[in-house]
Amino acid sequence: MKKIYPNAAEALDGLLFDGMFIAAGGFGLCGIPELLLGAIKDAGTKDLTFASNNAGVDDFGIGILLQTRQVKKMISSYVGENAEFMRQYLSGELELEFNPQGTLAERMRAGGCGIPGFYTKTGVGTVIAEGKEHKDFNGETYIMEEGIFADLAIVKAWKTDETGNLIFRKTARNFNPPAAMCGKTCVVEVEEIVPTGSLDPDHIHLPGIYVHRIIQGDHEKRIEQRTTRKREEA
Amino acid sequence: MPWVRNQMAARAAEELQDGWYVNLGIGIPTLVANYVGDKDITLQSENGMLGMGPFPFEGDEDPDLINAGKQTITELNRTAYFDSATSFGMIRGGKIAAAILGAMEVAENGDLANWMIPGKLVKGMGGAMDLVAGVGRVIVVMDHTNKHGDSKLLKECTLPLTGKAVVDRIITNLGVLDVVEGGLKIVECADGVTEEEVRAATEATIV
Repeated sequence: MKKIYPNAAEALDGLLFDGMFIAAGGFGLCGIPELLLGAIKDAGTKDLTFASNNAGVDDFGIGILLQTRQVKKMISSYVGENAEFMRQYLSGELELEFNPQGTLAERMRAGGCGIPGFYTKTGVGTVIAEGKEHKDFNGETYIMEEGIFADLAIVKAWKTDETGNLIFRKTARNFNPPAAMCGKTCVVEVEEIVPTGSLDPDHIHLPGIYVHRIIQGDHEKRIEQRTTRKREEA
Repeated sequence: MPWVRNQMAARAAEELQDGWYVNLGIGIPTLVANYVGDKDITLQSENGMLGMGPFPFEGDEDPDLINAGKQTITELNRTAYFDSATSFGMIRGGKIAAAILGAMEVAENGDLANWMIPGKLVKGMGGAMDLVAGVGRVIVVMDHTNKHGDSKLLKECTLPLTGKAVVDRIITNLGVLDVVEGGLKIVECADGVTEEEVRAATEATIV
């Protein structure tokens, strides 16, 4: 089966519908599926729920879908960098479900592994625990969190072979593997597609069983906080 | 004289033991990395990295290499990368020996509030709730009082909690306190600060 598509719009063809649930990889603006987000904007799909650690900035990442009012709900751990997000949230146009970052990652991983719920100590005694099942194990209290089963996963990887075996680069891996795993369908955008057989099988980060469609493209890869130090004199 | 930021960071660095894997929060905790000296400390960045290096030289920034504060950083020869689920697996699983974090309020039973002020813009808890619930030791570094002069070490937190009974030790500009049975215990006072001054600036029960 051929997984490679010529561009983001064709790779998403037939997968998008109003009201759908999308899991997206990325941390801040690092390792986000920027080309696929652009294609979803162009497709005009509405009432989207996103499970994504962050919501991008005003003009990049998921932020571009907020500008066009395509997002109904965000499930995120941190959304501080987006003024339009805050405006829509405070005016009640946008729903927001805060998840602790590790809980969000594990909810995606669990969903991808066929686990509908799990217990964690994270958030016990906080607002996060309200309304959730509590259970004691060995004298400690845990709360139940649910696995995420998304209609679609959109992720960004560095390289793939033609079968979808993925390699990520540095901290751009972040939420991409768990997001990929929890999607009914997973579309991946990469910087480079290499011939099958040219990757070392021991070096694959995410096997192609999780990957259904692939596109290659040019990425802006914007830096959110450019921090440097001075070169010391030799 | 109460400690200044760098002295608080240096004091916090004394808490770290050779061989530890450690997560440092944003603000004064970040400065702790400058004071670890000869100790073999591996820094975790919860977005998926062990062995975090310093900021890059100008021109060497890599958009694929950032820390949890979204700042560009560098790798070391010992660095390992992994995904977010694995990252929080090692946090939740107790593999990270300690987290050093800032705080808005700490209560005498170890309750910690550092993620939200009702009525103000809520940005989210990020990984803070996972860290305080999972790591071996939670060390808070913060000013003893807020800008109005009110104690940040309270009988009970007034702000929404990040974690319940999670703090082990507090390092402030006035000294070092431990969370123990019945309240807080003064472990050490900053140079020239008396125990009476620490008590006077603390609302929490001191035992």
